[in-house]
Amino acid sequence: MENKDITILIADDDYDYLNQMDFHLKKFGFKTILANSQKECEEIIETTKPNLAIFDLMMENDDSGFILSYKLKKKYPDVPVILASAVSSVTGYIFEQENTDEQNWIKADKFLEKGIRPDQLHREINKLLEL
Amino acid sequence: METLTILTVDDEIGIRTGVKRALRNFIVSFPFHEDDFNFEIIDAASGEEALEIIYSKHIDIILLDNILPGIEGIEVLEKLKQDNINSAVMMITSHASIDLAVKATDNGAFNFIPKPFTQLELKSAIENITKHLLIKRITHKMKNEAKQIRFQFLSVLSHELKSPINAIEGYLQMMKEEEVGKDISAYKNMIDRSIERINGMRGLIMDMLDLTKIESGKKNRELNKVNIIDIAKMAIDSIIPIAVQKNINIESNFPEELISNVDSTEIEIIFNNLLSNAVKYNKDNGEVNFTIKEENNNIKITISDTGIGMSKEDIARLFKEFTRIKNRKTQNIPGSGLGLSIMKKLVDLNNGSIKVESEIDKGSVFTVYLHIE
Repeated sequence: MENKDITILIADDDYDYLNQMDFHLKKFGFKTILANSQKECEEIIETTKPNLAIFDLMMENDDSGFILSYKLKKKYPDVPVILASAVSSVTGYIFEQENTDEQNWIKADKFLEKGIRPDQLHREINKLLEL
Repeated sequence: METLTILTVDDEIGIRTGVKRALRNFIVSFPFHEDDFNFEIIDAASGEEALEIIYSKHIDIILLDNILPGIEGIEVLEKLKQDNINSAVMMITSHASIDLAVKATDNGAFNFIPKPFTQLELKSAIENITKHLLIKRITHKMKNEAKQIRFQFLSVLSHELKSPINAIEGYLQMMKEEEVGKDISAYKNMIDRSIERINGMRGLIMDMLDLTKIESGKKNRELNKVNIIDIAKMAIDSIIPIAVQKNINIESNFPEELISNVDSTEIEIIFNNLLSNAVKYNKDNGEVNFTIKEENNNIKITISDTGIGMSKEDIARLFKEFTRIKNRKTQNIPGSGLGLSIMKKLVDLNNGSIKVESEIDKGSVFTVYLHIE
């Protein structure tokens, strides 16, 4: 599969962050679908299957990202999910899955801090998509 | 009914049965607490036996004789202190010396009851110690809740500050990497957005200072008889530059004069918040209607707009701190998410109330009632 056939769904309630992700992912050659709320993203998931999804953790709800991962994985178990957040160090959400139990519960394949460099992000995406 | 466990430690069987008899049907209640307390009484004839019981089950209150066959009462007390067992201890003693009293108090004894004691004396002592336990529990709970709220506030705040920092950093990185070429004009939008986000952070900090002042009670209120209408006119003047940009017409409908005893800064913040929301969340070429009238000894302030409106769920969350209704329509509208919670606090301070009606894509109506002082 070539990059141009790969669609990445991004959900983030920060307009600028969404814009920047859109820019970088397109530059890497991916197609993007943007959602700027949990609600909007849920509607997209209903009708569209992306190849990979990147969700912000805190949107309308403190755990929007978890909810979206759960819903996406339920519908499309094979689509990898990246959870991105700016909050990890302060709120005590620790972004490491300590055991498989947690990994099963938090349905995400990768946790990333926001502010990660675009090339790192690109590497993580390639790894998850086995490109 | 809540049951507290009392352990009587005395080698005299008369005292042990006396305590049991006195407290068997004893109930303590407090006007400030819903649950009543009754007591389960167990006893021990020696310090050693007492420690065994204390380590095997939770004891709320210990009635402790000092002179015991084996280890002394005071040694039991020292052991409890060492092991951080926080039962409330009341010493029972017939030969109370100052020396013992000091030693016992140092080791955390709550008080003394001299032997022999009457049923009434015992009951009054137990009532006291129960109150002490209850108050200790309530303050502990309050401290935890306050900590919890503070923590929540800080974590949300840090998220609200980190998001713009990340956004600005992202744009700066893109410029540094010259992602869209060497011509600076290609970055105009990124620069504008960065400035916008910095302004947003500044607004957030200012709003937060306001909120902290109101909450800590540090904001000095200056109540004076003022004409509310003057403040309303000023608020309109200060929003007009923004309204003009979106070609929004502001209609006002005021009486000549409406005098009330208020803090004019508070009223100004309330009006500014309502008006700026009505403009910010309006559509281009929209309308804002600002009405003030006297009604049943209340000042009724109504501000309606023809803006984007809100859903029922949105309205329910509206006055919570840092709640911004986030969707495609609001994504470019700056705001700290604190304006309405500040306004709500000020309206409360004035013994007023707020009503919100809204319809998506039709507009919103905010009605504030302030009591005329």
